[in-house]
Amino acid sequence: MKPIFSKLTGLCVVVFLAMGVSGAFAAEEGETPHYPIKKPREASWSFAGPFGKWDLGQLQRGYKVYTEVCSACHSIDLIAFRNLSGLGYSEAQVKAIAAEYEVTDGPDEDGEMFERTAVPSDRIPGPFANDEAAKASNGGALPPDFSLLAKARGVERGFPLFVFDVFTMYAENGPDYINSLLTGYQEAPTHIEISEGTYYNPYYVAGPSLAMAPPLDDGSVTYDDGAPETLDQYSKDVSAFMMWAAEPFLVTRKSMGFKVMIYLLIFSLLLYLTKKKIFAGIKD
Amino acid sequence: MSGGHSEYNPSNGFTKWLDARLPLPRFVYDSFIAYPVPRNLNGWYTFGAILAIMLIVQIITGVVLAMHYVASTAGAFNSVEFIMRDVNYGWLMRRLHANGASMFFFAVYIHIFRGMYYGSYKNPREVLWILGVLIFLLMMATAFMGYVLPWGQMSFWGATVITGFFSAIPLVGTTIQEWLLGGFAVGNPTLNRFFSLHYLLPFMIVGVVALHVWALHVTGQTNPTGVEVKNMKKETVPFTPYATIKDFLGLSLFFIVFAWFVFYLPDYMGHPDNYIRANSLKTPAHIVPEWYFLPFYAILRAITFNISIPFTDIVLINSKLGGVLAMVGSIAILFVLPWLDTSKVRSASYRPLYKQFFWVFVVVSVLLGWLGSKPADGGYVIAAQILTAYYFAHFLIILPWLGWYEKPKQVPPSIADAVLKKKSTAAQPAE
Repeated sequence: MKPIFSKLTGLCVVVFLAMGVSGAFAAEEGETPHYPIKKPREASWSFAGPFGKWDLGQLQRGYKVYTEVCSACHSIDLIAFRNLSGLGYSEAQVKAIAAEYEVTDGPDEDGEMFERTAVPSDRIPGPFANDEAAKASNGGALPPDFSLLAKARGVERGFPLFVFDVFTMYAENGPDYINSLLTGYQEAPTHIEISEGTYYNPYYVAGPSLAMAPPLDDGSVTYDDGAPETLDQYSKDVSAFMMWAAEPFLVTRKSMGFKVMIYLLIFSLLLYLTKKKIFAGIKD
Repeated sequence: MSGGHSEYNPSNGFTKWLDARLPLPRFVYDSFIAYPVPRNLNGWYTFGAILAIMLIVQIITGVVLAMHYVASTAGAFNSVEFIMRDVNYGWLMRRLHANGASMFFFAVYIHIFRGMYYGSYKNPREVLWILGVLIFLLMMATAFMGYVLPWGQMSFWGATVITGFFSAIPLVGTTIQEWLLGGFAVGNPTLNRFFSLHYLLPFMIVGVVALHVWALHVTGQTNPTGVEVKNMKKETVPFTPYATIKDFLGLSLFFIVFAWFVFYLPDYMGHPDNYIRANSLKTPAHIVPEWYFLPFYAILRAITFNISIPFTDIVLINSKLGGVLAMVGSIAILFVLPWLDTSKVRSASYRPLYKQFFWVFVVVSVLLGWLGSKPADGGYVIAAQILTAYYFAHFLIILPWLGWYEKPKQVPPSIADAVLKKKSTAAQPAE
């Protein structure tokens, strides 16, 4: 008996039906713009790939950019001073960093709250007492907390990139997005209208413009390790720092992964050979 | 093929004593050592064992996570971050658990499609199949509630959308919804009961898995030929070492994929929005479920029209209820699959037409998944409607019709014949 249609044509019919119909209509809805206007640019990161490592110098520079610029508006609630040892700081250095901050503690035996010098076990204090205070000082917009931001942002990769990503281990959506955003401010094109008090940025994920003014510029932070004091460098450094803050065990995870992979590959090979040997024993 | 008599011989005084009182070693011996399996099982048959191990992995990592997790709207998000940052190897436990859920579904979909390809649901294995569908349903409920626990934006809004389905039920819908939520909206009581149920359901899955395996051991396994075992000696091999070593190999290869995601792409299958604390005042731009629910989500959203009595304004089923019915129906239809497929031949290897329709069905399911991840507007909805119609047509029209229309190929008289024929053709030199 002849098949009604071959397997391949069958598949094609279905695929084309689906793609064709959705494609035709997708063209029609081209009028509602999709954000971000531009896809994030892919930068090269020391922590990318299966053997990714932190560049501790970069993380320390990023932390410097955070404390001197970003921390004026953005908190980093989940990070305690003790965590900063992950950036390569010694115990004494961490203590010294903490000592620069005052935190509220208490109540004491009289029932009063009091200020004291921070210790490594304290969380890094944020710039505002609460979200409402943060909004009030920022024209109604809430500057997001930095602790998880590098994992909480990411632009959809779309087909077929998301398939390739499985094999290339692309997992730097967050830092790529942040880096593109920080370096992506530009003059708004004449045909795009942006609302009062916002700044045009084609990389912004939720609209044509955002409430944050361009935060960094060439020379805004002094580096003491000789790294270039440019917007690009600041942006990359702080993005890397934010990735560390969001995923402090990233490098531990990848190096453990390598051992697990080697183990599983050898184990699988041994199992395969054992299986071959066992099945060779079956008599017909 | 259950073997009938037991071949277990207690070897020492203790096992003899125990055998007369609680023959547990005999049960294990008969089920996992002497149990005869068809000799021609291929790699696709290892997914049953893989699923059993994944269930155990999920339970172990889950129990550890529950020791550190705080089920309250104020504490849940931070407790998960505490696990990720401060609990020893907490990051590993959580990554294993979250990605394990995805791998569990990946394996179960292969297992289900394998059953469909080889006609494993047919007489006399209907109950075995139905128990499997029941496990799948329990898995879906467990995974859904588990995704709510980290209390991120997708957790909260996913829970809001899914529990909203119940309000589509006529008359009592809202009452049921509020009873399930423990309030008027998703909140602290909802999170608490979801945590409780998320801990309970896996053990119910264990129970149904036990029945599933029991049913399997009564009827015996199918095999790629779909022909029942006729000669136990020639056509079966003992479970240990033959099936054991094959399952171990399958499991080890599966773990390589699992580890790839856990260690190198742990957030690949998640959504960035779930790293944002739940906020009932801020709706995410797109609310999407986890990837394993996407085909069903596409079916839900495909029903955008009301069904009314022709030439009147009386709406019988509004689009919301219609969507929920279609989604529930898309899973419920699996329960009656054994009776919808009218063909007497089990394996797709001997069903040239069914084989093609099977692959079309696989592609349709994957495309529905892709559509589920897209916004529900314009052409995506129309494509989802066409594919949803095809999904149901596959079960309700194509399968019953094929059994009558299709002329199957010659089925081998026995497994032994099929194996020997394969060996002799393989042995012939290439031309």
